[in-house]
Amino acid sequence: MEHSPYVSTTNACKLCKPLGACLAFRGIEGSVPLLHGSQGCATYMRRYIISHFREPMDIASSSLGEKHAVYGGGPNLKQALQNVMTKFGAKFIGVATTCLTETIGDDVPAIVHEFRREMQDSSFAHLPALVTVSTPSYSGTHMEGFHAAVRAVVEQLSEDKTRSQMLNLLPGFLSPEDLRHLKEIIDDFRFPSVILPDFSMTLDGPALQDYEKIPRGGTPIEDIRRMGGAAATFEFGTTLDSRTAGRFLEERFGTPLHSMGIPIGIRETDVFFDALEQLSGTNCPEKHVLERGRLVDSYVDAHKYLFGKRAVVYGEEDMVVALTSFLAEVGIIPVLCASGGRSGRFRQAIERVTAGIARPSVSGESGWRSRFSSPAAEGLSGEHGSSAFQPPPMAAATSAGGPTAPAVREGMDFQQIEELALELSPDLLIGHSKGYTLARKLGIPLVRVGFPIHDRFGGQRILHVGYRGTQSLLDRIVNALIERNQNDSPVGYAYM
Amino acid sequence: MSAVGAVIFEERENQIHRKGRAPFEMDCNRESLAGAVSQRACVFCGSRVVLYPIADALHLVHGPIGCAAYTWDIRGALSSGPALHRLSFSTDLQEMDIIFGGEEKLYRALTELIERHHPKAAFVYSTCIVGIIGDDLESVCRRVASEKKIPVLPVQSEGFKGNKREGYTAACKAMFRLVGTGDTTTISDLSVNILGDFNLAGELWIIRDYFKKMGVETVANITGDGRVEQIMRAHGAALNLVQCSGATIELAKMMKESFGVPFLRVSYFGVEDMAQALYDVAAFFQDKDPGIVERTRQLVKDELSVLYPELRKFREDLSGKKAAIYVGGAFKAFSLVKAFRLLGMQVVMVGSQTGTEEDYRELHEITDEGTIIVDDSNPLELSSFLKEKDCDIFVGGVKERPIAYKLGVGFCDHNHERKQPLEGFVGMLNFAREVHSSVMSPVWRFVPRRRPATAQHR
Repeated sequence: MEHSPYVSTTNACKLCKPLGACLAFRGIEGSVPLLHGSQGCATYMRRYIISHFREPMDIASSSLGEKHAVYGGGPNLKQALQNVMTKFGAKFIGVATTCLTETIGDDVPAIVHEFRREMQDSSFAHLPALVTVSTPSYSGTHMEGFHAAVRAVVEQLSEDKTRSQMLNLLPGFLSPEDLRHLKEIIDDFRFPSVILPDFSMTLDGPALQDYEKIPRGGTPIEDIRRMGGAAATFEFGTTLDSRTAGRFLEERFGTPLHSMGIPIGIRETDVFFDALEQLSGTNCPEKHVLERGRLVDSYVDAHKYLFGKRAVVYGEEDMVVALTSFLAEVGIIPVLCASGGRSGRFRQAIERVTAGIARPSVSGESGWRSRFSSPAAEGLSGEHGSSAFQPPPMAAATSAGGPTAPAVREGMDFQQIEELALELSPDLLIGHSKGYTLARKLGIPLVRVGFPIHDRFGGQRILHVGYRGTQSLLDRIVNALIERNQNDSPVGYAYM
Repeated sequence: MSAVGAVIFEERENQIHRKGRAPFEMDCNRESLAGAVSQRACVFCGSRVVLYPIADALHLVHGPIGCAAYTWDIRGALSSGPALHRLSFSTDLQEMDIIFGGEEKLYRALTELIERHHPKAAFVYSTCIVGIIGDDLESVCRRVASEKKIPVLPVQSEGFKGNKREGYTAACKAMFRLVGTGDTTTISDLSVNILGDFNLAGELWIIRDYFKKMGVETVANITGDGRVEQIMRAHGAALNLVQCSGATIELAKMMKESFGVPFLRVSYFGVEDMAQALYDVAAFFQDKDPGIVERTRQLVKDELSVLYPELRKFREDLSGKKAAIYVGGAFKAFSLVKAFRLLGMQVVMVGSQTGTEEDYRELHEITDEGTIIVDDSNPLELSSFLKEKDCDIFVGGVKERPIAYKLGVGFCDHNHERKQPLEGFVGMLNFAREVHSSVMSPVWRFVPRRRPATAQHR
């Protein structure tokens, strides 16, 4: 883990833990996320999430005031649970803590347990599924919150069931469009699956006649209960710690776990498709074979526009890893991979996807290699399970210079990213919309991916994953570079 | 969906009033109901909103990352010079800081940032967690102030210690420490401070320009396009003009008490209130400058002669359409009710997050029979009101927008990130144009609520 040269944080490249938990909870059928804390947390997060998805995002709050902070927030939490239960008709309530309630020492599982007993005593017929997760904002990022919530859901709801032909897919934080595409792929293999969480509908739904108290869609609770009996779990993310939902299912129910990267680029997507083929015993459907073929074709068509271009990639660790893997495949040099997260596994994951493929530019004009070539990967803990699917290493290229790894930085904010980027003279930025100011300063294109997208339309519909998602990213990146050349051209050429 | 007019949260029954049903009586200024998904924020939000536009100050949020991350460059408060306010600074407290205290980290972060940015002052915001672990902000700020020779002001904005309004007060208290420390010798007798305007999309500049034409000097912008030095000499102005429900009223009261600066409450939104604000200022100064009344009258006349013909076109299309309003402070709601009336529209619902009883009483006075008046509402109620009243447009902020859009109702953004000025006479035209562009859009014919039931198979 690198140590920041600064004490202060400027323009963070991460969000707080409860936000991730709320997003994950939103992907469950009949669910209302509930934050145990002061009212502002829920409101700020709603605003932040709404600005990306352009959809209603109700997050209930126990709305603690000063006296609750002194005497405990239990009564307020119970009142909130009751209101969410009766007024929203929630079938699932995901309770996430905040820094306030973690620090005043509220025992949330105990309060919820008590609430459940009280409700049963008062013979309340349909008690919703109640899941609690500890998400103190002062440790980890929204991604740790997201994965902790998914784990909590599985831990607290899944039951041992007889083995069934079903796949558990734990995709992590992807877009609604990504989730729809993943579902389509698995359906094309004619294999039953449960995707957790699935906010493809709840955060990207149709226009309605009546406001839905809780939007339709989301992972059915019945399916979550059956996850222990699935044939396998695919879990996206190679920087995750050992306390994931997939690990839990493996340890508790013996459900085989296949950890893999987010399927972006040909190699990581191949891993996903290979695993699907193996699991289902069917060959990849023709439709996807063709999509892969067209993608390879477009890699070839595009390669000259991309070779040697220098990219700064930032955002959530696993998203950066997947994007970096793809960029390396098309000859773009990821000169800096940065994240606000601090998993301690980021560098190793980047090295895995760039080994033998990332190449220095021939001119090698900038000094970034000498500055960042320290191979010491501090604090790495080898977390890869034996069952992890590894993409095949690429054949080492033979040209001079040898493979070069990008600068990999954890715990970064935009102050540091900017300082590095100014030295690295990149050709483009790839990441969420908070890099816009930097792109503007550098006068280079920003290809917007991930979350949040606050300055463009359609963030919820960006497709990143699969051959199709990679195709779309490729087209956008090539066009961003062409457009820049065109704009910079003194003659304004009209033919590429 | 509940039946028309039914109460969703019994505990909130007295926070909703339907004009004409019973004598006016309303509960407000209560703690938000747990689990109701209030649209309110917290104390920190209130302070951050008020102080944010002070562009040459450092704004350091002492707490975990979220509070700073969610308020990074989210408002359209423009600056004519420095733009330090657009950066998001945090101490990003970690578990160890919570256990051992965050004072040392705060001290080092402050020192580092002041050395990097050379601000004219620094505001240090307290957050929930800081209120619990008990860091002594006051002493850290004092230490850094003496070392760095700039004002370093603690803002007691622990999120859970009330709602946005307590945050306003905390911000005013912090600013008040600056007031009275600057040189006032060159300030004109005809001078004002503009309080409670945040220069969203350059609105404050429009207002300043009107005053300039009237011959009135603006001493301090509080806080839109704000500068530390201006605030330090604000006590030299002859009059404080206070806009917005409660954001800066405490500062005006403190300045009146300590420096004898009187204040007027104004609104720059809508034709009536905008003109009234200018006339009130003219009346205040007419003893010192008798010509000011005529100059002001001419200014308003000139503006209206441009505005009215333009407005008429919009009015033709919008007349009779139904509008709903839900905003942060009730003062903005008053002006919106009048503005809609000028467009020939009918306000059928109006509410605010933090209105006072006095505010709601006034709303009751100026609205039509049957209008729903609501305090501290939530998505379930708001969506049911929109549907019940069959609204054509809803005015609100980011959190209200998806409620309207999901139901296929038009929307006007009246929030702090807007890019179009809505204040001043020109702002009224922009407002009309925005309302028009939403209400008259052809897209509504496709939404379920406007499609005949027979066509709903798809």
